[in-house]
Amino acid sequence: MWAMIVKEFRQVRRDRRTLAMMIVMPVLLLVVFGYAASFDVTTIPTAVAGPLAGQAETRLPAPFDVVRTAPAEGAQWAQQQLRDGRAAVAVVAQARPAVLIDGSQLFTARAALAALAATQHQATQHQATQHQATQPGAAAQPAPVVRILYNPGLKTSYIMIPGLAGVVLVFIGTIITSLGVVRERQTGTLEQLAVMPLRPRDVFLGKIAPYFAVAAADLAIVITVGVALFGVPFRGSFAVFGLGAVLFLFVTLGLGVLISSVSENQGQAIQLAMMITLPQVLLSGLIFPLSSIAAGVRWISYLLPLTYFNQISRGVMLRAEPIGPLWQPLLFLALLGLVVMTLAMLRFRRYLAPAGRAGRRGGTAAPAVAGPGPATPAPVTAGPGPGSGSP
Amino acid sequence: MTGAQTPGWWGTDAVSVRYGRRLALDQVTFRARSGQVSAVVGGDGAGRSTLLRCLGGALAPSAGTVRRPPPEQIGYLPASSGTYPDLTVAENLAFRATAYQVPAAVASTRITGYLERAGLLVARDRLAGRLSGGMRQKLGVIAALLPQPALLVLDEPTTGVDPVSRADLWALITGAAASGAAVVLATSYLDEAERAAHVLALDAGRELAAGPPEQIVAAMPGWLWATAARPTGPAAARSWRRDGRWRVWEPGGSALPLRGAGEPVPPDLQDAVTVAILRAELAAAGGPR
Repeated sequence: MWAMIVKEFRQVRRDRRTLAMMIVMPVLLLVVFGYAASFDVTTIPTAVAGPLAGQAETRLPAPFDVVRTAPAEGAQWAQQQLRDGRAAVAVVAQARPAVLIDGSQLFTARAALAALAATQHQATQHQATQHQATQPGAAAQPAPVVRILYNPGLKTSYIMIPGLAGVVLVFIGTIITSLGVVRERQTGTLEQLAVMPLRPRDVFLGKIAPYFAVAAADLAIVITVGVALFGVPFRGSFAVFGLGAVLFLFVTLGLGVLISSVSENQGQAIQLAMMITLPQVLLSGLIFPLSSIAAGVRWISYLLPLTYFNQISRGVMLRAEPIGPLWQPLLFLALLGLVVMTLAMLRFRRYLAPAGRAGRRGGTAAPAVAGPGPATPAPVTAGPGPGSGSP
Repeated sequence: MTGAQTPGWWGTDAVSVRYGRRLALDQVTFRARSGQVSAVVGGDGAGRSTLLRCLGGALAPSAGTVRRPPPEQIGYLPASSGTYPDLTVAENLAFRATAYQVPAAVASTRITGYLERAGLLVARDRLAGRLSGGMRQKLGVIAALLPQPALLVLDEPTTGVDPVSRADLWALITGAAASGAAVVLATSYLDEAERAAHVLALDAGRELAAGPPEQIVAAMPGWLWATAARPTGPAAARSWRRDGRWRVWEPGGSALPLRGAGEPVPPDLQDAVTVAILRAELAAAGGPR
């Protein structure tokens, strides 16, 4: 047994990444997730419309945080603010005030309901006191009409299914893709691909296309099951949802290839993929509301593609949010996709064009005289070549 | 094959390769002529695979130049078989044919022909991962042959392969050379290398000897003895075990030195390369060359 223990310690010591995972990651995860793991909603972005908007704005207590005021607007504008994700609560301040709550933001909606109940209770007590002391016969202020939109029953499944669709894509896109590419290296076929008359771009796209198709099919299945089995509504445009899903898939597939390009074996790829996947599940707003995550950790959320996909999927499915107000998450996903795919492609090229050869598919049949670095028609005799980095 | 397009040879000029601080190849010049089989031999870590990777295009040299045909005219077998274990034999070959743009009808004829010659026709629908080591190597060689390349680079095609499969593989290899391809193979079997038209012997990334096998053998200096027991004294450092006896190399002069306990033997390529390695080691230690 002692021999086994010594051998295992030696192996673990040499596998720096596993060692880092075992020692550094638990502490890091505890700190990050400790700050992230909170259902407490302390701020509720609120829009106020109606002729009495000015009064309402000053009288709304915490946690309501008035972010927009439009005295000339009415209920339609208020509802639009919720649909477009600009506010979680909208108040139409009029003779009989109306409060609209976005049910697709589950914890925020619950916090808003609790805060409204408390406010109403205080107001009732205050009015009762005033009535007895100073103003006998004065009319009591009418209680606001409260409506919960998009998820009236405040069902957890309504907000989880659109988010879980993203998690499925993360798993397929990142973990499975990273394994598929690193397997090529382990079986020695990546070296074979490097000498074949295939452009790195073709190999790259050919490699990820099947995963893209499988992930897209998975997404369709998850959404269909979610709608059919859990009654989750799909109120918005399939095209907008599809656009968000395609952009999101590009990021996750790119991450998969990037992970595989820096991993020596499938074990390392899984470790790294988990390190990237776990924060997405916990910090993307899927479980904990983004507004509840401590500001020092929240910035990480905005680097994660699932954060933006959640916004798109919930917005489109539950609130029928059109493409206009979703430009930000769509743009961020596109940018993330561009960065990740470019990095993945560059890393991939290192393995697939090590000799920097000319005359790949579509090139001439003339013999290549390759020196270090990119091949040229004339001999090159000096300078370091990119190499493959391993004997 | 593509002999009409080839200039007669492919190869390297003073190619060096570094892996970090380690020099894996040190200014190696090598020529692989069309229609011939060339062998690269040497011990472990000699630089054989590195040279073949440079030649095939899987690795860029740190210095020097490589002359090779365009990728569609290179057939390459890496140290592994380079085939997908989770694809069948037929699927592996179909992938290779498509990647090299071999027309479907031509590919089908070639695949059947090669599989038949290699005795793999019965395993056509078997997963490559379930083939024996020898069968997998044959599949790798067939896959490299499929585009009928001008340059065929094979890294240890017969290592771990049984004698019958080795014969099958050699039939495929010599067939490719007979069709005009320049065939380069790395091998640790010197009896195999003896069948090549040209041999390059490497040691620690440097060229030890190069030329036709008989020329390398003829150029071996000194004399070779076979003895029943290992010699003692300085000769012990110049002896090695072979075929149940001891070979002893005498640097000597032009005359055959007298030895009582053994008889002189004519050297073959294995002896000549072993002597070349010994000479390099002794020279490094300040001994005779």
